[in-house]
Amino acid sequence: MFFNKLKQIIFGITAFSLLIISEAALADYMNVLNLTEGVTPTSKMVYGLHMQILYIVTAIGVVVFSVMCWSIYHHRKSKGAVAEQFHHSTTAEITWTIIPIIILVVMAIPATKALVFMEQTGDAEMTIKVTGYQWKWKYDYLDDDISFFSSMSKDSNDARQLGSGIDPKTIENYLLDVDNRVVLPINTKIRILTTAADVIHDWWVPALGWKRDAIPGFINDNWTYIEEPGVYRGKCAELCGRDHAFMPIVVEAVPKAEYAVWVEEQKTMQLAAAEGAEREWTKDELLEKGKDVYAANCTACHMAEGQGVEGLFPALSGSAIVNNTDASEMIMLILNGKNMMPAFKDILNDADIAAAMTHERNSWGNTVKDVIQPSDVKAMR
Amino acid sequence: MNLMKNNATKTAKKLGLVAVAMFGFGYLMVPIYNVLCEVTGINGKTGQISQSEVKIEDVDPDRLVTVEFDTNVNPNLPWTFKAKKFKQRVRPGEIAEAIFIVKNESTNSVVGQAIPSVAPELASLFFNKTECFCFVNQTLAPGETKEMVVRYVVGSELPEKITTMTLSYTFFKASEDVATKTIIDQKKSIKNNG
Amino acid sequence: MSEAVIHDDHHDHKPSGIGRWLFSTNHKDIGTMYLVFALIMFFVGGAMSMVIRAELFQPGIQYVDPQFYNSMVTVHALVMIFGALMPAGVGLANWMVPLMIGAPDMALPRMNNMSFWILPFAFTLLLSTFFMQGGAPAGGWTMYPPLVLQLGDGFPYLVFAVHFLGISSIMGAINIIATVFNMRAPGMTFMRLPLFVWAWIITAFLLIAAMPVLAGGVTMLLTDKYFGTAFFDAAGGGDPVMFQHIFWFFGHPEVYILVLPSFGVISQIIPTFSRKPLFGYTSMVYATASIAFLSFFVWAHHMFTVGMPLTGELFFMYATMSIAVPTGVKIFNWMATMWRGSMTFETPMLFAIGVLFMFSIGGFSGLMMGITPVDFQYHDTYFIVAHFHYVIVPGIIFGIIGGIYFWLPKWTGNMYDEKLGKLHFWISTISVNVLFFPMHFIGLAGMPRRIPDYSVQFADWNSIISIGGFVFGASQLILVWVVIKCVRGGEKATDQVWEGAHGLEWTLPSPPPFHTFTTPPKVTDATAHS
Ligand code: HEM
Ligand SMILES: [Cu+2]
Ligand SMILES: [Cu+2]
Repeated sequence: MFFNKLKQIIFGITAFSLLIISEAALADYMNVLNLTEGVTPTSKMVYGLHMQILYIVTAIGVVVFSVMCWSIYHHRKSKGAVAEQFHHSTTAEITWTIIPIIILVVMAIPATKALVFMEQTGDAEMTIKVTGYQWKWKYDYLDDDISFFSSMSKDSNDARQLGSGIDPKTIENYLLDVDNRVVLPINTKIRILTTAADVIHDWWVPALGWKRDAIPGFINDNWTYIEEPGVYRGKCAELCGRDHAFMPIVVEAVPKAEYAVWVEEQKTMQLAAAEGAEREWTKDELLEKGKDVYAANCTACHMAEGQGVEGLFPALSGSAIVNNTDASEMIMLILNGKNMMPAFKDILNDADIAAAMTHERNSWGNTVKDVIQPSDVKAMR
Repeated sequence: MNLMKNNATKTAKKLGLVAVAMFGFGYLMVPIYNVLCEVTGINGKTGQISQSEVKIEDVDPDRLVTVEFDTNVNPNLPWTFKAKKFKQRVRPGEIAEAIFIVKNESTNSVVGQAIPSVAPELASLFFNKTECFCFVNQTLAPGETKEMVVRYVVGSELPEKITTMTLSYTFFKASEDVATKTIIDQKKSIKNNG
Repeated sequence: MSEAVIHDDHHDHKPSGIGRWLFSTNHKDIGTMYLVFALIMFFVGGAMSMVIRAELFQPGIQYVDPQFYNSMVTVHALVMIFGALMPAGVGLANWMVPLMIGAPDMALPRMNNMSFWILPFAFTLLLSTFFMQGGAPAGGWTMYPPLVLQLGDGFPYLVFAVHFLGISSIMGAINIIATVFNMRAPGMTFMRLPLFVWAWIITAFLLIAAMPVLAGGVTMLLTDKYFGTAFFDAAGGGDPVMFQHIFWFFGHPEVYILVLPSFGVISQIIPTFSRKPLFGYTSMVYATASIAFLSFFVWAHHMFTVGMPLTGELFFMYATMSIAVPTGVKIFNWMATMWRGSMTFETPMLFAIGVLFMFSIGGFSGLMMGITPVDFQYHDTYFIVAHFHYVIVPGIIFGIIGGIYFWLPKWTGNMYDEKLGKLHFWISTISVNVLFFPMHFIGLAGMPRRIPDYSVQFADWNSIISIGGFVFGASQLILVWVVIKCVRGGEKATDQVWEGAHGLEWTLPSPPPFHTFTTPPKVTDATAHS
């Protein structure tokens, strides 16, 4: 009677699980099972090691669990088993101490080799520095003096808001796309330094085969050598506050020639941006740019409609600082931060800040409706 | 029965002392960690030596290593900070010099403190500075620009496999808090950082 | 039955009313309070995990703000570890250690009372942070600076809660050692102690050595935030990574503090239901002690990715791998105990066997993560969430629940409902695997831990995991029902309760009188464990 009920329940649960599994394509589950092999010598080595250890522990598991099951089945009282009273066997105990030691040594040898290989950061052809910020990444190409921030793309950011009503499945690369990709050349030994500006982050692209903490005040070095062109996605892997889940990484690996072109482009763009700060902007230009800057940098806390989060982040709609006709307090606040609010002076240029401020001062029922010029911001730096 | 109780109280007192000692050990881990860092190079703190300790015959004429200079400014500090040249090729054992430029972008006079860090960690064991702007606080007047020098030696015992290293500085706003200063001083004497 | 017991019955007067509990110095009452408190906390922490699993049921953010989600993750862990697991272990020790060694009570009854009552106070501090400016702790139970320093008004409450929890568990540990060292019945030599008692002696030493270090670490956090020190602040010459070293110097022994009592329980259960003495008693004691010793030398396997020199990484890799040896010895000894026994499968035995299988799975993934170069991939993903939940839920909680079923008839004098017990076991076992096994897959495939939202390829597995979670959560209500039912009545239990049970606690009546062993029993080889 009782076992019948139990059977029914087990059957029910199994049937239910099968139902869910068959509804989605089974392939979806099969794609999400194992470590990626990746595209670097390191990641391939790590994958090989992972599979090797997985096989070893699975084999141990099969042996140990079979013995246990055999014993449970055969040494049951209900089968008439009579308990023997032995409680000691030196031979057995020595055996099951020695055998595990041997297995461990067998595992330790390739592991040591892999580790030694991974630590060799010398002879790199170029160096980039990755800096973690709450909640975005900054990349510096140290040899070429290129520097930019990389934040999660706007479509993902809109969809991930509480109650956004947007189905994540309709977004391409949900939570895995950024505004500015890290472009890297293939077949080049690249040294990657990690550090952070505020709290500890962790830069992780699975296809490269490792992750490394980004620690404020300290620098860590690692290296990679990408063998295949492609787009490789990753995430911050160390809890870094509210939007830890929303600081993706996108590495675009391209042939060397293409990389050289990209470097030139970046240099020209950075020049143009520097000039942008010098000239006078129209209100429309500022409003248009401001919307994007706001979405990328401010919505995380102050929310899409400037409503803030009760008790955590102040609303901008109707805020006294935003509606003050003298903008200097607001500029200083954005430049230098306050408590939880990060300082934006290294993150945004004068034009970005001017645009975001113009957007905020003209939206959500705010009354000043004036124009802030990049030169106004520059003067306060 | 009473005897038992007495013994139990004794045991408890001893164990209580162990607990208190372990609390102390938690604090002891701070200096132990710093010593370990120095010995093993964890977290890439660098050493300081005086000019006279550098022996010229140590120079290895056939070997060149690349030293990169990375600069960071903590977001709380309104400064800009750059190395004049991003990298240098130096001979291990030889005294080399690098120049950094720092500018106070604000309208106040501000005190900053640079914290060095070397990657790879192992290299920090062989990286010694004879002179560095990070040995003391730096005060910059409003809008002031300053050129700062670091003189250093990469030890000739540097392992062959290290061919590139990065000396990274982060400039932080120096806290006015006295307590912090004492800690800094203590730490520096422990770490020989100057 | 010994004379002592009959003698006890004469002054079996318990105080009545609320005072009985508030001022109790009786190890049985305090044990009961610890266990009830742990059960309540198990459901408080469980409710938080239900919030987590509800949010993760689908991609996108449906129910809670990410900051609140982080608080859920953080406080869930703190409540489960310090509120459910540790007090449950201490509760079992309070009830059983004096009965097993033939002592009339714990050595320091008043301290016993205090160490319990600190707990509700500490959790009031911790949980009150939900109503403060800045919310509850949200930087992870590991409290890494600088992130944890961004917490608002709740920060000092977090620190003081940890202090009080530390003081409470240190007092509990001191009491257990003082009891075992001084109050054993004549003839109860150390090598005759039941393994549960041995497990607890070793746990207690770990507690005394590890908890104060955590207290020191959080005190440094407090002074860093409010008193201008710079232990963990790079700007002042400190190092945030040093906190991680201090934390895990406590943290790895802590995981053994959690698991050893559970190992102790199943070392009692398996011989009983195999009707065969425990295999390799001496090597069990030594294996447990060496696990405890080694646990102080492996801490940095939790922080391989901070960037250590090669020699450090190698040292901690080898040390971590070496722990697998004594752990293996324990598993093999339990198997050898079952081997050629005469087994029956009452609920406690089912849970103990569940521990053997599923703790091993957690051990396997632990070994995998101990391999430094691959841990660079596993670290901070759902793979490690799978690992520690396998060792904690079916490894530790199943052991504790097994112990509750095992001793419930002794405590209450009534048999529990065996059918409900078995039902509880089977539903828990199935759902716990649906809940935690797929976490290995999504972790390997790249899902980081501590995130309220994920990219869509993880959606399918996450819904299955959440369903497993809801079923597991709900099935724990069966345990509550079984316990209530058993306390209220049922088939009367005999003194020995289980056919294969040996040891002093089974010579007492069920339920035991309020005061037991006021005259110590005499222990001989024949009446000792084996
Ligand atoms: C005794 C029971 C055990 C418990 C309660 C336990 C618990 C835990 C916990 C809570 C964590 C994660 C901590 C965090 O980062 O927040 C963890 C991680 C880890 N455990 Fe265990 N563990 C146990 C056994 C083992 C064993 C037997 C091994 C190895 C042989 C092991 C190896 C590891 C490693 C290497 C990590 C770090 C993984 C990473 O962060 O990448 N554990 N364990
Ligand atoms: Cu992050
Ligand atoms: Cu550990």
